[in-house]
Amino acid sequence: MVNRIVVGAHYGLRDWILQRATAVIMAIYTVGIVLALLAIPGTHEGWKAFFACTAVRVVTQVTLIALFAHVWVGMRDLWMDYIKPVGLRLTMHVFTIVWLVGTLVYSVKVVWGM
Amino acid sequence: MEKMRFSLYRYNPDKDAKPYMQDIEVEVDATDVKLLDALVKLKAVDDTLSFRRSCREGICGSDAMNINGKNGLACVTDLRSLKQPITLRPLPGLPVIRDLIVDMTQFFKQYHSIKPYVVNDTPAPERERLQSPEDRKELDGLYECILCACCSTSCPSFWWNPDKFVGPAGLLAAYRFIADTRDTITSERLDNLEDPYRLFRCHTIMNCVDVCPKGLNPTKAIGKIKDLMVRRAV
Repeated sequence: MVNRIVVGAHYGLRDWILQRATAVIMAIYTVGIVLALLAIPGTHEGWKAFFACTAVRVVTQVTLIALFAHVWVGMRDLWMDYIKPVGLRLTMHVFTIVWLVGTLVYSVKVVWGM
Repeated sequence: MEKMRFSLYRYNPDKDAKPYMQDIEVEVDATDVKLLDALVKLKAVDDTLSFRRSCREGICGSDAMNINGKNGLACVTDLRSLKQPITLRPLPGLPVIRDLIVDMTQFFKQYHSIKPYVVNDTPAPERERLQSPEDRKELDGLYECILCACCSTSCPSFWWNPDKFVGPAGLLAAYRFIADTRDTITSERLDNLEDPYRLFRCHTIMNCVDVCPKGLNPTKAIGKIKDLMVRRAV
């Protein structure tokens, strides 16, 4: 194959917005959770009761999904910058996706106490 | 008369197996105000020293180099503001041709890739295409770029992907033509940059703003390109 430099994948904006939007979600959650944890009793029972609340679980799960989406863009950027061989880079992309999906599934178990 | 100490990056591929740093002293007098003045004196001491220079007043952009670790133009850098020994290296990230001279092919390839000229297919008016003073004002802070490459060669994203990332200088120029009301291919220009490498390698670390000898802000221009893309997509 002729070694040509190819660019023009016609994507990037969505990932860029995703990275920023998920950062805002995580920032809001972080402030909210710190305030909430200061307000509730600092015992095991207090925390257990707090995280038993469905709204807290939903918000936590949404934030974790935001985190994984954020990690995806960040890790992909790292591979794009530093891993030059295309085959190895694609492998790292696939590995990252599999790892993040696995983490997502596990986070459901943790958050919903299954 | 006073003596100033320099540490110069030297490399002549015809003679040297690898680059080395040369310690050298030069006598300067009160009329030697800018770094370029001292470089011209250094050239008189050692005429094998190679560097580019032309206008000696910050317009041509020829004498961009890495001065004490920071990119800048020798001709507009105050000689006495520099800590000695003054370390001079070629612009980072580009192939060295000899001493302080780098091969800027890749840099200009990226510049040309953004079509650095007004494209307007409507019939040309009898005289020039006019702009209102307000529209013309949009180009301030963009058109002044002298393509010295100080910004792009201080950008890690450009170091890692000089063949794919347009770089701050190219993107500043891209926005200069996107912002020009006489240009009619804005959407095509945005399409050209909608790419994870060409535009989105910029992670807004602002090295480019830090080093620009003309005081321009490529990061702001890149932000405006992204703004327009968002406005187009959302």
